Amino acid sequence: MNSLTDLTIARSRDGLDKGDFSAVELAEAHIAAVEAARDLNAFITETPELALERAKASDERRAKGAAASAMDGIPIAVKDLYCTDGVATTAGSHILEDFTPPYESTVTQNLKEAGAVMLGKTNMDEFAMGSANITSYHGNVINPWKLDDGKDRVPGGSSGGSAAAVAGHLALGGAGSDTGGSIRQPASFSGIVGMKPTYGRCSRWGMVAFASSLDQAGPMTRTVEDAAIMLQSMVSHDKKDSTSVDQSIPDFAAALTSNIKDLKVGVPKEYRLDGMPGEIETLWQQGIEWLKAAGAEPVEISLPYTKYALPTYYIVAPAEASSNLARYDGVRYGLRVEGDSLDEMYENTRGQGFGAEVRRRIMIGTYVLSAGYYDAYYVKAMKLRTLILQEFQQAFEGVDVMLTPTAPSPAFAIGEKLDDPVQMYLNDVFTVPASLAGLPAISVPGGLSDEGLPLGLHLITKPFDEETLFRVGGVLEEAANFTAQPSYLEGVA
Amino acid sequence: MDKATVLNIAKLARIKVSESETENLAGELTNIFDWIEQLNEVNTDNVEPMTSVVAMAMPSRTDEVNDGADAERVLQNAPDRPADAQGNPLAFYVVPKVVE
Repeated sequence: MNSLTDLTIARSRDGLDKGDFSAVELAEAHIAAVEAARDLNAFITETPELALERAKASDERRAKGAAASAMDGIPIAVKDLYCTDGVATTAGSHILEDFTPPYESTVTQNLKEAGAVMLGKTNMDEFAMGSANITSYHGNVINPWKLDDGKDRVPGGSSGGSAAAVAGHLALGGAGSDTGGSIRQPASFSGIVGMKPTYGRCSRWGMVAFASSLDQAGPMTRTVEDAAIMLQSMVSHDKKDSTSVDQSIPDFAAALTSNIKDLKVGVPKEYRLDGMPGEIETLWQQGIEWLKAAGAEPVEISLPYTKYALPTYYIVAPAEASSNLARYDGVRYGLRVEGDSLDEMYENTRGQGFGAEVRRRIMIGTYVLSAGYYDAYYVKAMKLRTLILQEFQQAFEGVDVMLTPTAPSPAFAIGEKLDDPVQMYLNDVFTVPASLAGLPAISVPGGLSDEGLPLGLHLITKPFDEETLFRVGGVLEEAANFTAQPSYLEGVA
Repeated sequence: MDKATVLNIAKLARIKVSESETENLAGELTNIFDWIEQLNEVNTDNVEPMTSVVAMAMPSRTDEVNDGADAERVLQNAPDRPADAQGNPLAFYVVPKVVE
């Protein structure tokens, strides 16, 4: 392993600073990797010319001693729901197939100003609705982790393209988005780090909306330190997003001190599910031991409302989605399918423009918001959400951080879990509670399943305490010493 | 949830669903809502519905124009844009007929 695509963001920055290689060379190596890995279907749109242009500008800045940030010259993959000025943005949907935004999202603008080099726009579940990246209009993404059974596995979702790009060494970092686990679950399935900051840390302006009270941008990287470096260039207080929070921004990477002595780690007993594979439980126990060995104090805690988080989420998120996606009506932009009347044009456009999962969720949302059902479903769910938040707040009076598994299984084969939507929804059972409470959380690779697929460990902290998340995540990473590589890379070198 | 309910929701959502899809959706949505029913186990009588996960005051700004006069960019993705005699796009787009 000595190729430029095998580096981390931190090592690349050091190499660029020392002049070991240029940003253009780094970009060229990654552009070649992206082109050679089209079988993974990780990208919807590749932007090699744009990448080289930005890499060249980065080299010029560095030559003048004026690198914009630690991300200057770093090649990244951007989920295709960030609006990018002049670059197609589809959100994985037919309805936006020909949409090219005339403006840049705040998060990608921040990354651009930090000097990051965008390699392209990554594949995703349509409108970020899915946990396996099998609902994209642009086809399934293939997980770079393969077993010798010849089956293609899902990379998780919805940020599956960014996960596959980072795991497959096509990019040093990926911008993802997380509504109920869409950064953390694919990170677990793909053997990388995925981090969702506190709701409000990153601006949602210019991100294609799924569920506005839950959507949050975050980094996907190969190390915890890289996640801290990349997050630094994504966050900002943005007047264009009224839920963006005016909060001081710490130096996230500086939080990686390895010192977690006397930190109290909550282990919520309700995350132990009936029928959960033994390997998930084993890794979780291992994680507890690792943190204990580093000087932390594990504390068993109880979060009794945990089991209600997922059904609550499946009222709240579809309700917000049905409202947000009402804008796709074929009138002003996007796909238009003609009909004999205006209503028929709407129905044809939306019937053909949206895939089955998006149609299903819009219909769930429409139903729970419809007259006569609003109180029974939507208001009920928002009350549950209050209880879930309060339960977290009370628990955090006694602990500093919580440790749970990220997902209840390793990556499954494409085609499995299709019969019953509820079975697919259960992928997010451990990630959704933190989403409903707006809490920061991270998935760190912990080890391999019995079959040899990656499994993640999940940490949750208090609002705006991302530093503790990175500090504890760094300790877990060091203890896990996860050096396994996806088998896809063996065929590449 | 029966087929008539599914068709009504589809109409409210302005989504065309085929006959065969209606049948599947009725089954799937019934399963999903049966699963959601477990929320009724929780007594929420004296609980306030959540309005925001982060306690913050709603920001406000001065009511003044801070953007605009950019018709070309605004209309860039319009699906039906007429042109003048010289072939230059006009600064409006055609919407489907709304009034019969």
